[in-house]
Amino acid sequence: MASGNYQETEFGELHRRLAILRLGLLLVVALLGLRLWHLQVREGPYYRDLSENNRTRLMLLEPARGLIYDRHGVLLANNVPSFSLYVTLEDVKDREALIQRLTDLLGRDPALIRKKLEGRGSKSLPRKIKDRLTLRDATVIESHRLDLPGVMVQVESQRNYPGGMTAAHLLGYVGEISADQLEKPEFSDLHQGSVVGQYGVEKSFDRHVRGQAGQKSVEVDALGHEKKTAVVDKPQAGNDLYLTIDIRLQKVAEELLGEESGAIVALDPTNGDILAMASRPVFDPNVLSRELTPKQWVDIVQDEGRPLNNRASQGQYPPGSTFKVPMAVAVLESNTMSPSNTVYCNGGYQFGKRVYHDWKAGGHGAVDLHTALVHSCDVYFYTVGQRMGIDVMADFGKEFGLGQGTGVELPSERSGIMPSTSWKQQTKNEPWLPGETISAAIGQGYVTVTPLQMASLIGTVANDGVSYRPRLVRAVMDRATGNLQELPAVPRGKIKAKPETFRLIKDALADVVKVGTATKAKSSLVTIGGKTGTAQVAALRTGPEEQVPKKFRDHAWFVAFAPVESPRIAVAVLAEHMGHGGSAAAPLAKEVIETYIKLAPQVPIVISKAAKPEPARRSTEKS
Amino acid sequence: MIDRLTEHRSLDNFDLRYVALILAILGIGVLSIYSLTHAQQGVGTPYYLKQLVWIGVGVAAFVVMWVSDYHRLARLAYPAYAVVLLMLAFVLVEGRTSKGAQRWIGLGPYSFQPSEFAKLVLILVLAHYYSKAPRMGWLQRVIVPGLLMLPGLILILKQPDLGSGLSFVAVYAAMLLMVGVRSQALGVILLFSVMLFPFAWEGVWGSLHDYQRQRIMAFVDQDYDPGGKGYHALQSRIAIGSGELTGKGLYGGTQSQLKFLPEGHTDFVFAVYAEEWGFLGVLVLLVLFVALIWLSLEIASKAKDQLGALLAAGIVAMLCFCVVVNIGMTAGMFPIVGIPLPLVSYGGSATIMTMASLGLLLNVKRRRLSLFY
Repeated sequence: MASGNYQETEFGELHRRLAILRLGLLLVVALLGLRLWHLQVREGPYYRDLSENNRTRLMLLEPARGLIYDRHGVLLANNVPSFSLYVTLEDVKDREALIQRLTDLLGRDPALIRKKLEGRGSKSLPRKIKDRLTLRDATVIESHRLDLPGVMVQVESQRNYPGGMTAAHLLGYVGEISADQLEKPEFSDLHQGSVVGQYGVEKSFDRHVRGQAGQKSVEVDALGHEKKTAVVDKPQAGNDLYLTIDIRLQKVAEELLGEESGAIVALDPTNGDILAMASRPVFDPNVLSRELTPKQWVDIVQDEGRPLNNRASQGQYPPGSTFKVPMAVAVLESNTMSPSNTVYCNGGYQFGKRVYHDWKAGGHGAVDLHTALVHSCDVYFYTVGQRMGIDVMADFGKEFGLGQGTGVELPSERSGIMPSTSWKQQTKNEPWLPGETISAAIGQGYVTVTPLQMASLIGTVANDGVSYRPRLVRAVMDRATGNLQELPAVPRGKIKAKPETFRLIKDALADVVKVGTATKAKSSLVTIGGKTGTAQVAALRTGPEEQVPKKFRDHAWFVAFAPVESPRIAVAVLAEHMGHGGSAAAPLAKEVIETYIKLAPQVPIVISKAAKPEPARRSTEKS
Repeated sequence: MIDRLTEHRSLDNFDLRYVALILAILGIGVLSIYSLTHAQQGVGTPYYLKQLVWIGVGVAAFVVMWVSDYHRLARLAYPAYAVVLLMLAFVLVEGRTSKGAQRWIGLGPYSFQPSEFAKLVLILVLAHYYSKAPRMGWLQRVIVPGLLMLPGLILILKQPDLGSGLSFVAVYAAMLLMVGVRSQALGVILLFSVMLFPFAWEGVWGSLHDYQRQRIMAFVDQDYDPGGKGYHALQSRIAIGSGELTGKGLYGGTQSQLKFLPEGHTDFVFAVYAEEWGFLGVLVLLVLFVALIWLSLEIASKAKDQLGALLAAGIVAMLCFCVVVNIGMTAGMFPIVGIPLPLVSYGGSATIMTMASLGLLLNVKRRRLSLFY
C-alpha cells in the first residue's frame, strides 16, 4: 500500500502467478487421476491377475507310489516320509549367494546345487534340489528360513524297500526322471523332479505304480515364505502290485547263491508265474533310489561284479549240456534217430582234422538217447547234431523260445543267441562252418541263453510242450476303485511234438538225478528231473581245474523240474565259474525245489488271496 | 473488515476446515501404515504408534509455527540456514547410514533427517531474501538466490538423496516463478523443466549404457531397487492397479502385506492405500490434497505482505511438488525418486516438517489482518 508502485505491481504479479499455479495444479491432479483411473479401472483386472500370480505358487504334490507285495501279500516296497528341499527361482534374488548358503548349511557340492538350479523348467515352479534330507539338515534349513528366500522343505513320500537287497533286481529302484526321459511321450505328464521307476518291476510297471500328481496353491510372501495353503488337486496314489514271487523262496534262492555270482530262476510251468528270481551280486535299491553323487554312481557302474546286471534275464551264457534237452526233442521229432538207435562213444568225435572230445575220457560206449541224456554223452550229440544240421537245431531251439526274449515284464531282457546259417550270414556276413554245428550241438560256440529262458524251457518240457510267458505280476490293486484285478496267465502256445517224446525225455531227466550226472540233486521229498550243464568260458585251458584262475573257470548249470509226475516247479540255476553243473548247481536246485514243495505242499497250488492288504498299507505309510 | 477484526484471535471456519483436512490426510496415513504393519512382529514400537508420536510432535510444531510471528521467524532465516548446513555437513561425516545413504543424525533411539528441515529453512531464506533485497537485475533475482541454495543442494546430493535434492531445487524454482523472474515465458519454461525433469531424465537415461547407468545410480541413488531396476516400479504398479475400483479392503492388500512392495510404509504408502481402497479411495485422497492445497493457495493470495505471500507460495509449491511426484512415481509416471507423500508416509522428520510448514501457512493467514491492530 504505502510501499510504492514497484512493490505493488510485484504483489499483483504474484497473485496472477498464484492463479496460474492453481490452474496448473488442477491440470496435473487431473492427469494423475486419469493415470490412476487407467491403472485401477481400465487395467485393474490385468494387475489383479499379476498380483494373484505374485502371491500364489502352484506346487506339485507328488503322489505316493503304489505298494508292491509278494504273491502272499508280504510287503516288498512301501513309502516312508522324508524331507525334500525345494527352491523357487522366482523368489531367489541372488543365486550365487543362495548356492553358497546351501553349501555351507548342507555340506553339499556347490556344483550339484548349481546344476539343479540351472536345469530347464519354470522359474515359478519349485524345483527339487535334494531329497532325503536328514532331520538335522531339515531343521537347519527351517531355522534359517527367513534368510533363505525361495527355499522350502517339503515332506514327501520316499520309496523304501523294507527287505533291503532282497529281490532287488526284480523290484528295481526308482529315481528322478532324467532329461532324456522327459523328452519321451510316455512321460509327457511328468516334470523335472518327478520320481519314476528306473529298473525292474518299478520301471516296467511304472505306469501303474506311479500315480497321479496333485497340485496345491500356496500363498507366499515376497521372500517365498509360505503363508497359506490350499490344495487344488489331491494326488492320486499309484496302484499296488501283487507279484508272482514267493518272498520266502526268493530269500532261500538268494542265500543259496551267497557271495558267488550267478542266478536262480524258479517258475510255475503251469502258468508261467515266476516264483523266485535271484541274481548275484546285488545292489541296494534303497541306496540307488536316493540321489547318488556322480562318484557313487561310477562306483556302482564300474563294479567288476556288475551288480546292476540282472543275471537271470540279462546274463547270456552258453547253455552247455542243458542244451541237450531241446536237442533231444529235435532228435526225436526230426527223426534223426529213434530212441533205441545207439551211437558208439569212444571219448572223441573226429571231424576233418580235428577231434572233438567227450567230457569223459575213454567214452561211454554204445549210447542211446536215454543214456546220452543221463550221462550227458557229448559224442552222441556231436553225431546227431552233425546229422540234423544247425538249421534244424535252430528251428527246435526257437520253438523253445531260444534266441528271443521271453517277454517277461522286466526292462532290457536279453534274447541270447540261437545261431543258424542265416543268422551267421546276417550278423557276421560269413558262411556257417560245419565244425560250428558240432560245438552248437552241446550248447557251446555261438549258442547263448539266459537263465530265465532255460527255466522257461525246462518248464515247457515238464508241461509236455505247453508254455506260458514268464510273468512277475499276478494282480494289480486299483487304489481309486479298490478292485483287485487278477492278471490272466499268458499262453505262448504248444510245441508240436508227440506226447511220447516228452515222456521219454522226462524219464531220462528223472534218471539224470537218480543215477546220472546230477545225483547230488536227489531228494527224499520229491521226485526231480533235471539236466546238468557246464559252460566253457575259455576255449583253451591247461592244468587241473583248481589252478585255473577263477574268471576262466566254467559256469555250472542245472535245469530241473519237480515233481516228475505232475510238475509244479521248474528251476534253472547258473553258478558262474563254479565248475561242474552236477556238483555246483544241482544241489542248489534241489534246495529250491524242496523249499517250494514244503511251502506249498498241496496240489494244485492254492494262491492265497493277499492277506488283507489294507491295514498293512496304512501301518506302513504311517511309520 | 472491522467485523473480522474482532474475531481474528479465535479459530474461524476456515481454520477448522484447514485443520480438518490435515487431520483427515494424517488419518489416512496412519490407517495405511497400521494396515500394513499391524501384523509384523518386530522389536519395539509398531510403526503406526511411532507415527502417532511423530504426529504429536508435529502438532506441537504446527502450533508453535502458527502462533509465532513469521516476520520474526524470517529474520532468523540466515542463522537457521547456517545451522542446517552445519547439520548437513555433520551428517556426511558422522551420520547414520541406512540403505547406502548417510542421511540421518542419531539421537538416541531416534534419528533425524536434516534434509527435510533444510527445505523449510530454504523457503524462509528465499522468502526473506526476496522480501528485503532490491530486485533489479537477473543477477539479484536468479543468480544470488541460486547461490544461496547451492551449498545445501550439494550437501544433500552428496548423501546421496536425490529426492530431497529435487525438492530443494523445486522450492527454489517455485520461488523464482512467483517473484524472481519477470518474464512469464521463462517462468513457464522453468515450471515445465521441473515437471518434465523426470521425463527428460528418462530420455537421457535411456541412451546410456548399462554400466554408465549403474555407475550413476551407484552415486546418486543407492537405496532403491538393489535387485534390478524395474522390480520396484512394477510391484508398485501392480499394487495400485490390482486395487481396481473398490480396493481389496483393510489388511487385504496382498502386494503390500506379503512384502512384494518394498518401502510400503514410507515412500510407497500411496500404493498400499490404493491397493486396499481402490480408485474410489484414491479419489478421496486426491480431493483432500487438492482441497488442502486450494486453501493454502487461498492463504497465499490473501497474504497481507510480500513476505507472507512468498512464504505461503513456497510452502504450497513444495507441497504440490511432493504430492505430484510421489503419486506420479508410485503410479509409474515418473522414475522412482525418494520423495515421501506429505502427511501420509511414515517418517518423523518429514511429518514434523510438513506440519510445521502448514502451521506457518496458517500463521500467514492469521497475520493477514495484523496491520489493523
